[in-house]
Amino acid sequence: MNDLTPTAIGLSREDLPNSYIGRAVSRPNVPKLVQGRATYTDDIVLPRMLHAAFLRSPYAHARILGVDTAAALRVPGVLRVFTGADLAAVCDPWVAVLAHLKGMKSAPQHALPLDRATWQGEPLVAVVADSRAAAEDGVAALEVRFEPLPAQTDMATALDPGAVVIHPELGDNLTFQRSAVRGDVDAVFATAHKVVEARFATGRHTGVTLEPRSILADYSRADGTLTVHLSTQAPHMIQGVLAQQLRMEDGRVRVICRDVGGSFGIKVHVYPDEVAVAAIARILGRPVKFIADRFESFASDIHARDHQITGRIAVDAEGRILGFDIDDLTGIGPYSVYPRTSAVEGNQVVNLCGGPYDFAHYRCTTRVVMQNKVPTCQYRAVGHPIATAVTEGLVDMAAHAIGLDPIEMRRRNLVRDDAYPFTSPAGMVFEGLSHHAALAKLLEMVPVDRIRADQAAQREKGVHRGLGIAAFIELTNPSPFMYGIGGARISAQDGATVRMDPDGSVVVASGVTEQGQGTETILAQIVAHGLGVAVERVRVVTGDTQNTPYGGGTWACRGAGIGGEAALQAAIALKRQLLQVAGAMLQAAPQTLDIVLGEVVDKAGGAARISLGEIGRIAYFRGDTLPPDLPREFVQTRHFSTKEYPFAFTNGLQACWVEVDTATGMVRVLEHWCVEDCGRVINPLLVDEQIRGGIVQGLGGALYEHCLYDEAGNLLTTTMADYLVPMAAEMPDISIGHVETPTGESLLGAKGVGEAGTAGAPAALMNAINDALRPLGAVVTEQPFTPARILRALGSI
Amino acid sequence: MSTRLDITLTVNGERVSRSVEARRHLVDFLRLDLGLTGSHAGCEHGVCGACTVRVDDEIVRGCLVLAASLDGATVTTIEGLSDTGEVADLQDAFVARNAAQCGFCSPGMVMAAADILRHHPDASREEIREHLSGNYCRCTGYQAIVDAVEQTLAARRGGA
Repeated sequence: MNDLTPTAIGLSREDLPNSYIGRAVSRPNVPKLVQGRATYTDDIVLPRMLHAAFLRSPYAHARILGVDTAAALRVPGVLRVFTGADLAAVCDPWVAVLAHLKGMKSAPQHALPLDRATWQGEPLVAVVADSRAAAEDGVAALEVRFEPLPAQTDMATALDPGAVVIHPELGDNLTFQRSAVRGDVDAVFATAHKVVEARFATGRHTGVTLEPRSILADYSRADGTLTVHLSTQAPHMIQGVLAQQLRMEDGRVRVICRDVGGSFGIKVHVYPDEVAVAAIARILGRPVKFIADRFESFASDIHARDHQITGRIAVDAEGRILGFDIDDLTGIGPYSVYPRTSAVEGNQVVNLCGGPYDFAHYRCTTRVVMQNKVPTCQYRAVGHPIATAVTEGLVDMAAHAIGLDPIEMRRRNLVRDDAYPFTSPAGMVFEGLSHHAALAKLLEMVPVDRIRADQAAQREKGVHRGLGIAAFIELTNPSPFMYGIGGARISAQDGATVRMDPDGSVVVASGVTEQGQGTETILAQIVAHGLGVAVERVRVVTGDTQNTPYGGGTWACRGAGIGGEAALQAAIALKRQLLQVAGAMLQAAPQTLDIVLGEVVDKAGGAARISLGEIGRIAYFRGDTLPPDLPREFVQTRHFSTKEYPFAFTNGLQACWVEVDTATGMVRVLEHWCVEDCGRVINPLLVDEQIRGGIVQGLGGALYEHCLYDEAGNLLTTTMADYLVPMAAEMPDISIGHVETPTGESLLGAKGVGEAGTAGAPAALMNAINDALRPLGAVVTEQPFTPARILRALGSI
Repeated sequence: MSTRLDITLTVNGERVSRSVEARRHLVDFLRLDLGLTGSHAGCEHGVCGACTVRVDDEIVRGCLVLAASLDGATVTTIEGLSDTGEVADLQDAFVARNAAQCGFCSPGMVMAAADILRHHPDASREEIREHLSGNYCRCTGYQAIVDAVEQTLAARRGGA
């Protein structure tokens, strides 16, 4: 194993005929998707299947006085009604806290609450019927008596003496609080050449996966097994959660995840309605399906990004950043979400503010408070878009305040490319980043001079255009330091099994999952490279706890970096085993042989000796012809997790070019650029589309998307006509560039890329809008940047 | 609620007769009664476009059309469209350009794009974006989809 280096396994020679690393291989999954032949959870139909529908709380906060089920049970097709007490008999409540988030607190949450509703949209009562329509008829016929209670909806007053304390036994609404302090912030800000302060807000938004949350649970009374078809990112985690809550052994629960119609973090959490469906299946001994409708998605999928931030930056006369001083407040709903908790987003703001820059003095505090709204939790790029918007907003404002070009401001302050390893003032350790190389690359792509000339010319005509830039870092490849050390059964390691079948074809079973990003494709590429076979001969199996090695699944950008490395190691182990058998057959030393495109060849000269299919035939069917003690283990499993660094950080920059219509307040994004360093790029086609999709998601959150509530806690945006998402006509073409700084933690060298686009886009957009508005004396810092907010900033309304 | 109507219609070239509840919308009819699961229910209020199918030569939202209104109609879904080969080149372009990620929008997106190929063979890039604006994709950022449609149009015009 000691001779294994990236160079030794061909990763520095990307043009070898049998190298698939770095090649734009098209995804074998796409034909079924574009022909309508995929299998999403709702496409699965089982014999005697029932359907669940939920009565959801019409109030933000109310006591449940009584549930009259008589009329519901008379609806044709309705079989049973389940209340919180019914399910509590078979299903235990959970509490979402992490031990390493010191002082964190939350309350026990049941699959269905016992006596109190704490957000509008919370599932309260389940009706089970022979069709979804009948189940909904049954819900309409339920008579539930409520006593409405005062609701705590405003995060800003959640800690005031007069606040409604949502869980009185906790004493107050403070879930978590943390400060990171480095240096002497007060002294530096008192004496700095320039201090700039601003208030920022990021709007509460949600993932809007096009496929809603979907579950089909089936319990067999014959063998005591629960089989759950689920649209999820983390099958093994959910297996463990369901086993624990339903008092079963892990091995009695099987989670199967076929095609997933988008996830973005939405589908990595434990949802009470989904646990309720599993509990109902356990009770009934029949398959039960629940597919959220769009109203239910808006009112019960996790929300995110509801933050109010005050930030200050101190700079010297040359524009060098001396320090950041940030105060963050976020509202998370009535419960911390299991098992990741709802404190991580605020915690990430503390970890990430100022991240790309070299400065000495730092103070950042987050306070995470409860409120009677939909629970929030980790959604694509967790905390990154907030930290990046605050950091890059302040950096731009400071540059403007001292008359420095924003690009030059960044050049003076970004951590030098030769400074690694580097520990940030927030305590994050960076193995190797490339801010300056990325900036140079970005400036090759963005025609800054032409843009500035156009901007000046357009201003003469009363057209206001602006260019914004944002640097960012992204946390990927998490180690157990993310969740495991806090006591959560969330695996940071992942496994892969690589098997050669008798005809020489290869099957990979992996614990990471596919939601469209191309996980299965890159695993096939990695194994094809590591083993020496054509990628077409590699099949990949994911999303089945019974048939894949235990792993964490896909979240926090770990599929390629963790799952990919496990697959590479397993492929190398299988190759070694195959060459040992080939050596015995050919009477050659294994180290003189290699495998190229499914043929065992002489390393010297490359002459073909024997095909993998022939080795398979002999080993599987004529093992009697081989030496008796020759091992023939044509299936190899390896597990991988990072060891040296808690996380593999990536970096990049984005630039955004916009036009603001000052009469209507409408913003049009004209062009957008991103340079990203995700380490070794395995498939540029897939990586570029991941980044583009992430950017559009970031732009959507910054321009249109907002979960709006009234003061009583009524959610006002429960259709796609109210909650606006980006469509094709509003979005620009996006140019992507790369710098590659592989991580030394693995042979593969890959880091994550799925969240980079979302991390940086809102900040680049905000700075672009403010660049356009600057001559008019207007500034916007509250997302989303709606026409009303822009007109208000302009003083028009 | 329980009012049922008998309908006979042509779906993907096959004649089908069913008794349907009056409230059954087309996408539920296709998915639940005919097992054609390629059309997806994304929002059920006519915004997302995941249920787009062709009825009598026009694309419609399957969630906004009642099945009971389709007696005598001709319906083409993504399964039928794929089987005829009418958009095989477009589907190949989607594969080559990686114009699908999770794929939940893809059937509706292909149905809408097929409408461009039939009725707007000279559509510009902006017109393609405009025409696809009734179809929500959360994953791709749209650029690859627009590229795939644009390349297919160009190829059919003999320009690529």
